Amino acid sequence: MALTGLDIYKLLPKTNCGDCGSPTCLAFAMKLASKQTSLDECPHVSDEARAKLGSAAQPPIRLVTIGTGDRKVELGNETVLFRHEETFYHQTALAIRLKEDDPESESRVEDINKLRFVRVGEDISVDLVALTEESGDPEKYSAFVERCRANTNLALILVSGSPDCLKAALEKAGDTRPLIYAATAGNLEEMAGLARQYSCPLAVRGKGPEETARLADRIKEIGVEDLVLDTSPASLRDELTDQVIIRRQALKRHFRPLGYPTIAFTDPNTDKFSRALEASVFIAKYAAIVVTDLSEPEYILPLLTTRQNIYTDPQKPIQMEPKLYEVGNPDRSSPLLVTTNFSLTYFTVEGEVEASRIPAYLLIVDTEGTSVLTAWAADKFNAETITRALDESGVVEKLDHKNLVLPGYVAVLSGKLEDESGWKVLVGPKEASGIPKFLKAMKKRSA
Amino acid sequence: MEEIKEKWTGAVNTVTVGATEKEGGTRKSTVTIGGETTLPFLHFEGSIPYRPALALDVLDNLPEEWPEVLKEPYRDVLDNPAQWAALCEEKYGADMICLRLKSLHPDWGDTAPERAAETVQAVLEATTIPLIIWGCDDPEKDNLALPLCAQAAAGENCLIGFATEDNYKTLAVACLADHHKIVAQSPIDINIAKQVNILISEMGYKPEDIVIDPNTGALGYGIEYTYSIMERIRLAALDGDRMMAMPIICDVGFDSWRTKEAKALKEQFPGWGDEGVRGPLWEAMTAVLLLQAGGDIVNLRHPMALEKVRKQIDALMGNGE
Ligand code: B12
Ligand code: SF4
Repeated sequence: MALTGLDIYKLLPKTNCGDCGSPTCLAFAMKLASKQTSLDECPHVSDEARAKLGSAAQPPIRLVTIGTGDRKVELGNETVLFRHEETFYHQTALAIRLKEDDPESESRVEDINKLRFVRVGEDISVDLVALTEESGDPEKYSAFVERCRANTNLALILVSGSPDCLKAALEKAGDTRPLIYAATAGNLEEMAGLARQYSCPLAVRGKGPEETARLADRIKEIGVEDLVLDTSPASLRDELTDQVIIRRQALKRHFRPLGYPTIAFTDPNTDKFSRALEASVFIAKYAAIVVTDLSEPEYILPLLTTRQNIYTDPQKPIQMEPKLYEVGNPDRSSPLLVTTNFSLTYFTVEGEVEASRIPAYLLIVDTEGTSVLTAWAADKFNAETITRALDESGVVEKLDHKNLVLPGYVAVLSGKLEDESGWKVLVGPKEASGIPKFLKAMKKRSA
Repeated sequence: MEEIKEKWTGAVNTVTVGATEKEGGTRKSTVTIGGETTLPFLHFEGSIPYRPALALDVLDNLPEEWPEVLKEPYRDVLDNPAQWAALCEEKYGADMICLRLKSLHPDWGDTAPERAAETVQAVLEATTIPLIIWGCDDPEKDNLALPLCAQAAAGENCLIGFATEDNYKTLAVACLADHHKIVAQSPIDINIAKQVNILISEMGYKPEDIVIDPNTGALGYGIEYTYSIMERIRLAALDGDRMMAMPIICDVGFDSWRTKEAKALKEQFPGWGDEGVRGPLWEAMTAVLLLQAGGDIVNLRHPMALEKVRKQIDALMGNGE
């Protein structure tokens, strides 16, 4: 994000000499802010100011990657505080914590690999496993990391306070670019050394945003720049506050020491249900990584759905190409169902038709990506638009009948649609979940 | 590091629902919401004088279509709104009851408006906490029934919903006459939200007595739209727009229990896990997210959702400093 004119003005010589072609330094700063001139036009600007203004061209929150290959995770590079201002770009990575001393950890890796769901045509899944050292024994920990690594291609977080343990683990898994967690005031040099040696991103843990910023700054001086911040808050309330402060400092103040993605942990001492709710708060409010030890699907599915929703681009609803779709292998007697091209609507209906095991045609009307009722209320799903879609799809050539199934919520369209299109309208159920029963009954009747 | 606090010029209106004996009603407790001078739970920057309030839904007809997980906690009282409401208060600890007069609707019983008023009275007698009265969403029936309900509840300072852009006059008049608070509903549209508030105010109804229902989309089914509209409403309020400064009510239970993910059984979808957790969590997570966007009252259904959402509120309101 660009600096404001006033921010830039503070860095100029303030002599109003006019050599830049602008009458005053302030006028020049304003032009610069709106990118109508270049800093090179001012011959008097100091080196220090040039460096600062140059860094304003960098993204305010650094893009950090963990892992390699197709399961690599990108964090940061956000530009706004509120999704309606633009969109959130790099969705919160969900990490599941596995403990070294837990005998079930290794079998849980397999379960975690299976935490993948398809929602609205998108693959949603867990991104990381956080492998927690508990023994203090480098050999034991590195063996644990190696075994987990062999059983998953998810990106890794290595969690330990011991540089020795981490070094041993990095020997086995450093080539997968794991996140090292974490550098603290006490071990900063050693941790930064490891991050440099193995070219891995590094988490920085301080007490509150101030100390965390100071530590991040020192690590940057050592030459490690791929950082992830943890302010070790004592409560959910503090966590929310810290997340907001970090995001604001980075975006509004261009405060570089906090210009990194953040990591948040759910409270292991509360019940599972509450941990899931906490994680959802972190997804909404700015955490780039959420680490939790929940791994049952009833907790993970709602969390992944939360993430999908919060990170949806508000400027463009996910939509389908409006055309005739086939579900299964429909033939000339198969039913024809009509709906809108909002992805959520399409996939909900498609899923139910598939579940019915009755092959069918699905005619998707162009409603500019809006749901059935929204489109109906906005007059985009009506007798005319449906008739046009019927005509353009050529579906009449594919069927021996002229019956179509209309969503139950728009039953009022039936009469006009029959007149307009010449098709017979059958009113379907309101909710898509009623479709299998409806289609089966329809089939029985025609048989 | 420089401190970073926004200098908001506005505040959310403070609204109280319910009236004790001293105030002319029969409630033992009242609920006050609103008054925020900052964004949700950012205590470092402004004041958040009241906690968000949690209501439990009570229906006036048997909710046969509810999944078992949701019916179970109310097993013996589902056909008796008064007993149902009492259970919500005594056993499940709701801050308020949201009585939904669904049976008025032509598709769901088409019951007489007078019956709705009787139900309101019965629920008031069976409970001591503040009451939200929710119409059936058929404008004609609501216009017949809600004024009778308002009368039956005179003195109790209820919150009655809902007024819309096309249908607000009857309800506004009734709420004005019997001194109730009003819900102004709009279809996830910030301009319409403001417009309804203006229309109601022009009838002589105090803008400070309005609560906004921006329309809820459930998790996975439109919540992103609701979330952003609520954030925009709240930012407008903090920036000093008096016609957006109303507290917000979120009708979460109704919307989240319609979703497939809340209702489906584990037998049908083994990969989705236990529905006994998944259903209430779907509802609770919808609520917790909308609280982050500025919700002040949340209507819920499952007692476990209520308990856990309250626990989150405790953590977010608590002394974290
Ligand atoms: C999110 C939302 C929006 C979003 C748009 C989302 C989108 N991409 O469509 C926004 C904020 C933009 C929006 C705008 C509007 N909205 Co709107 N919106 C909603 C909301 C909250 C959820 C809609 C949704 O996503 N549903 C999920 C999808 C999957 O549902 P669906 O498409 O209906 O599909 C289901 C069924 O119909 C069925 N089904 C679908 N296809 C088929 C096919 C067959 C054959 C069968 C059998 C079944 C079937 O299966 C699905 C699952 O059960 C609803 C209220 C609510 N809680 O439902 C209001 C709602 C639909 N909106 C409404 C209105 C009025 C509007 C506006 C006109 C308001 C305005 N004046 O600005 C605008 C119009 C926008 C425009 N000009 O294009 C009203 C409609 C009122 C009515 N009964 O007519 C609603 C009901 C809200 C309300 N109570 O007032 N909206
Ligand atoms: S040339 Fe530089 S110092 Fe001179 S007026 Fe322009 S900005 Fe100011």
